[in-house]
Amino acid sequence: MKQLWLTARLDIVESLRARWFMIYVAVFGGIVALLFLFGLTESRVLGFIGLSRLLVTYIQLTMAILPIFVLITTVRSVAGDREAGVFEYLLSLPVSLGAWFWGKILGRYIVIFAPVFFAMLAAVLIALIKDIEVPWGMFGYYTGLLAAMAACFLGLGMLISSIARTTDMAQGAAFMTWLILLLFLDLILLGVMIQGRIAPELAVSIALANPLQVFRTAALALFDPQLIVLGPAAYVILDAFGVTGYKVFAIAYPTVLGLLAASLGYFLFRRGDLP
Amino acid sequence: MIHCHDLSKTFKRARVLDGICLDIALGERIALIGSNGAGKTTLIRCLLGEYTHDGTVTIDGRSPRNERTVVLGSIGFVPQLPPPLKMPVGQLIEFSAALSGADPKKIDAIAGRLGLGVDEIRSRPFIKLSGGMKQKLLIAIALGRDAKLLIMDEPAANLDPEARRIFFDLLAERQHDATMIISSHRIDEVAALVNRVIEMDMGKVVLDDKVADDVSLSGRFACRLVARRADAALTKALSAWKLSADADGLVWTGEVAGPDRLRFIGVLSRYVALIGNLSLHEVAE
Repeated sequence: MKQLWLTARLDIVESLRARWFMIYVAVFGGIVALLFLFGLTESRVLGFIGLSRLLVTYIQLTMAILPIFVLITTVRSVAGDREAGVFEYLLSLPVSLGAWFWGKILGRYIVIFAPVFFAMLAAVLIALIKDIEVPWGMFGYYTGLLAAMAACFLGLGMLISSIARTTDMAQGAAFMTWLILLLFLDLILLGVMIQGRIAPELAVSIALANPLQVFRTAALALFDPQLIVLGPAAYVILDAFGVTGYKVFAIAYPTVLGLLAASLGYFLFRRGDLP
Repeated sequence: MIHCHDLSKTFKRARVLDGICLDIALGERIALIGSNGAGKTTLIRCLLGEYTHDGTVTIDGRSPRNERTVVLGSIGFVPQLPPPLKMPVGQLIEFSAALSGADPKKIDAIAGRLGLGVDEIRSRPFIKLSGGMKQKLLIAIALGRDAKLLIMDEPAANLDPEARRIFFDLLAERQHDATMIISSHRIDEVAALVNRVIEMDMGKVVLDDKVADDVSLSGRFACRLVARRADAALTKALSAWKLSADADGLVWTGEVAGPDRLRFIGVLSRYVALIGNLSLHEVAE
């Protein structure tokens, strides 16, 4: 446990000094600042006003940025460290491979989750100061969604880092992963699949295997509980899960997917060459 | 202490280590030499449990791969190229000391002996240090532990003559209770430090020789050099070796670390036309 925490701390300190982290903080801090600056809390869309409106916009933007950001920065820094000889030196110290790998994940998880969460928390604090009503239920659920999203893409990033031997290969694989998830995100694709006489349940299952789609649908479900904008696909989803069941699924599935990917990454890391 | 039997390592189709068999006892000081691609670094990484391999490697009867925390707890390692760590020096010392159960103050003290004041650079990122400072710190971290095996890859390459002399003293203090493997491209860089030479080529051991163990790691040679005329370049070179000149700048005297005398003569060979007289006498310890 001591080794795990030491490694996590080490990764946090290394990340805090890295340029990518400064950009990462600036992006998410900047989003919240800009949303306030442009008076989003005063505008009304689909009946949403105040902080709810801001949070809905924030989560949509985060869903677009966070996955690719986490994937690329994770594989770049892990594969880059390996190439630069950081692994050769630090793994010559008496640290167990489990503590090293999971400590690195823990440290990185804190580093990627904290800025997106604190940016959202800052929005809540500003709302409290400005006497704007805070939708606590929405804030809590979005926090869970962000935590699940960070876990999912961090796990995938660590898996790619364990497989790829060079930074270039790792970056290419991370980008391809994101692109594939993005392609299967499109609801038009679902329509085409259904038109192609695929069973709707199968088409929706394929879509819901995609964590990006899961987040997107979960975010929609908060302001459109019947998922009317999804059309017929909504019936399949709601019949299978129910409104609450889908909410739970949207947090549990990506988290489990991330953990499974990280576990596979650890298995491959442990049985291969370390540096 | 170290036992390798039929140790082989293949990357894709390239066989980098080819059936290495070695037995190394406690207290041996090994020069691991060979050209680039000979397999030195791969062998070191197998000893550190960082590479999977065919054949067996054990250190004190344990596998560095399967029992890494126990085995690596008794190994001090100095890499050839310092890792580009962004963490502050203080944290690197704390991290390595905490993992290996060493006292950070001992690491600070050794760094101090090498001429590196840790207090002044504690909050500075490791990556921002000069090459020599990084090397000194990594040596201090390796020697600040109770390591029974010291694996050093070109450890003195970035050190100035004074720091090298202290480094040899530090090694001398450990020579009876530790095994040392010092990797280098050139035998003359490490010849005076070791009592066994292992040369590698194309992944095989091509030479395994015990050498005369008469050189004391902490020995000193009194040096007297007479220059034909004062010369700025020669003055700079001799000053770096802490030799001092008389009033005319022609007669230089001082001490050179015993294991470093070949390197010293190598430096002087560049100025041979300017040297009228040179003597080196071993100083009684």
